[in-house]
Amino acid sequence: MSNTNAITILYFASLGDALGVTEEHFSQASLPADVASLRAQLAARDTQWAAALSATNLRCAVNQSLAKPEHPLCWGDEVAFFPPVTGG
Amino acid sequence: MIRVQQADFVVADEYHHLQQSGIAGAIVTFSGLVRDFTGDTGESFFLQHYPGMTESVLNKIVSQAESRWPLLAVTVIHRVGHLQAGDQIVFVGVSSAHRKTAFAACEYIIDVLKTEAPFWKKEGSRWVAAKQSDQAAADRWLTADDS
Repeated sequence: MSNTNAITILYFASLGDALGVTEEHFSQASLPADVASLRAQLAARDTQWAAALSATNLRCAVNQSLAKPEHPLCWGDEVAFFPPVTGG
Repeated sequence: MIRVQQADFVVADEYHHLQQSGIAGAIVTFSGLVRDFTGDTGESFFLQHYPGMTESVLNKIVSQAESRWPLLAVTVIHRVGHLQAGDQIVFVGVSSAHRKTAFAACEYIIDVLKTEAPFWKKEGSRWVAAKQSDQAAADRWLTADDS
């Protein structure tokens, strides 16, 4: 866990394309309490972000493990948002 | 053994490796190929993954298979990057004392990989949507009595 006041956020596959961003360092005065709170803050940016993040099947991982909306966050965490996987 | 790589693989080499890993009664291998998705050979196929998480999820899936069935060796190879229709994309190989165990473990690994390992396919400019049939195939292992 890092002391720097930032969260690394990764966006994969169609989500990255829709947002035009694949990675960012999210920094705010206060830490979002959990994944749901972070997602809501990102969706509030504009209509494009709201639309992309409204997908009900979007998945989230925190520090490379699947995480539920209520998963708490710490500064230094790596958070990833992505659509359902399609490998193999 | 888990490998995520751009390079192609040779099934005969992987089979040989599994054969060397112990006195197996059965070796089952699965090879997944890139389907001819458009008929237009000019269209590219791209496989994206989440470095780090991919390897840990694959390791977890193999560990789950090993705790479920007595296996001698397991190999999972998944390619990433740009591929062509007809290319090999994924390999799962399992060696075990008995064929039913080897078949079941191999099928379990590929079914769960399809719904849990962070890989995404892009055909041309279109990201492939997840299929309900893949989720159903993975869910089957949560409820079925397949011992």
